[in-house]
Amino acid sequence: MAKTESTLRNMVLSLTLVALGASACLGFIYEITKGPIETTALNKKLDAIKQVVPDFNNNPYAEMFRLPTGEGDSLDVYPAKNDSVLVGYAVNTYTNKGFSGNISMMAGFKTDGTIINITVLIHKETPGLGTKMTEPEFKDQFMNKNPAEFSLVVKKDGGPVDAITAATISSRAFCDAIQRAYNTLQKGGQK
Amino acid sequence: MNQLQNFTKGFFKENPLLILVLGCCPALATTSSAFNGLGMGIATTFVLLGSNTVISLLSDVIPDKVRIPAFIIVIASFVTIVDLVMQAYVPELYETLGIFIPLIVVNCIILGRAEAFASKNSLLSSFIDGLGMGLGFTMALGILGSIREIAGSGALFGYKFINGDGILVFILAPGAFIVLGYMIALINRLRKT
Repeated sequence: MAKTESTLRNMVLSLTLVALGASACLGFIYEITKGPIETTALNKKLDAIKQVVPDFNNNPYAEMFRLPTGEGDSLDVYPAKNDSVLVGYAVNTYTNKGFSGNISMMAGFKTDGTIINITVLIHKETPGLGTKMTEPEFKDQFMNKNPAEFSLVVKKDGGPVDAITAATISSRAFCDAIQRAYNTLQKGGQK
Repeated sequence: MNQLQNFTKGFFKENPLLILVLGCCPALATTSSAFNGLGMGIATTFVLLGSNTVISLLSDVIPDKVRIPAFIIVIASFVTIVDLVMQAYVPELYETLGIFIPLIVVNCIILGRAEAFASKNSLLSSFIDGLGMGLGFTMALGILGSIREIAGSGALFGYKFINGDGILVFILAPGAFIVLGYMIALINRLRKT
């Protein structure tokens, strides 16, 4: 086949056709993958909620409400209920004090504010150092502690929290995120 | 050049990462473990296959003066397809590779092969070239990732065989440079003999 000449008409026509074909393909793929992508994102959040609050049989996702942090934004709160009795809250909290970028976490609280469990959703901490905050060795010291009497401050700053070796900044950020979730929940009142 | 040579040149003689030293950005950033390295390699291979095939088909129809924009549209479409499919079906891998999937668009290997090979050769040759180059890249990334994972965390494909922490520097960015440097040095030594 002879090579198409580079006239204006040919150039405009061929680019338009290529772009049209490409967008048609992409639209098609987008429609196919839309469902699975949404399900995966939803499951991930539901899994995180299941990890941080005790057994529940409602759909915390449907009953989600927002509470203002008092810093100009708000956190998503997922109430966990067992036969309509409130057993705890899962709070999707964050901190921007991470060693590299924001950290998003799911923190579970009992109705009196005691921490049940915590799981880290998104982070970009240093592999091998800051990433240890996702491991039980570090996380477990917060379990069953109430931030009202257990202050969320690392030992270096005079608090009771055992920081991760060589990752004090990540440890501080972790505390900051829980503190934010706790404060928000307390201020929002026990609804 | 026969098709077999066409296929195997991507592994050693013209290995995109170790000989041509293309695509270093994803190679350095995503190879913290063998699994991530292979995942990135396979994603790139898929894009390379798709873009080489389509471009060799379209190269006669597209006027020379607008070939680069047209190639980029084709490449970007395939990358977006990979991006969406991975997000939907392998979310764990998608999360670790993150931004480097969309960045395949600007990976020099893809446009390099489109421009240097697919636009001048037949459909079959271009397909085989894409497959060979992609698998060669995957192999290089897999080896790089394996070495870093073994040295850095004492594990391979997530299976730990050394207790305790590894040599941390191999997991961090400098480790990627060191290992890649030695790999290129070794390949150059082998080519001399």
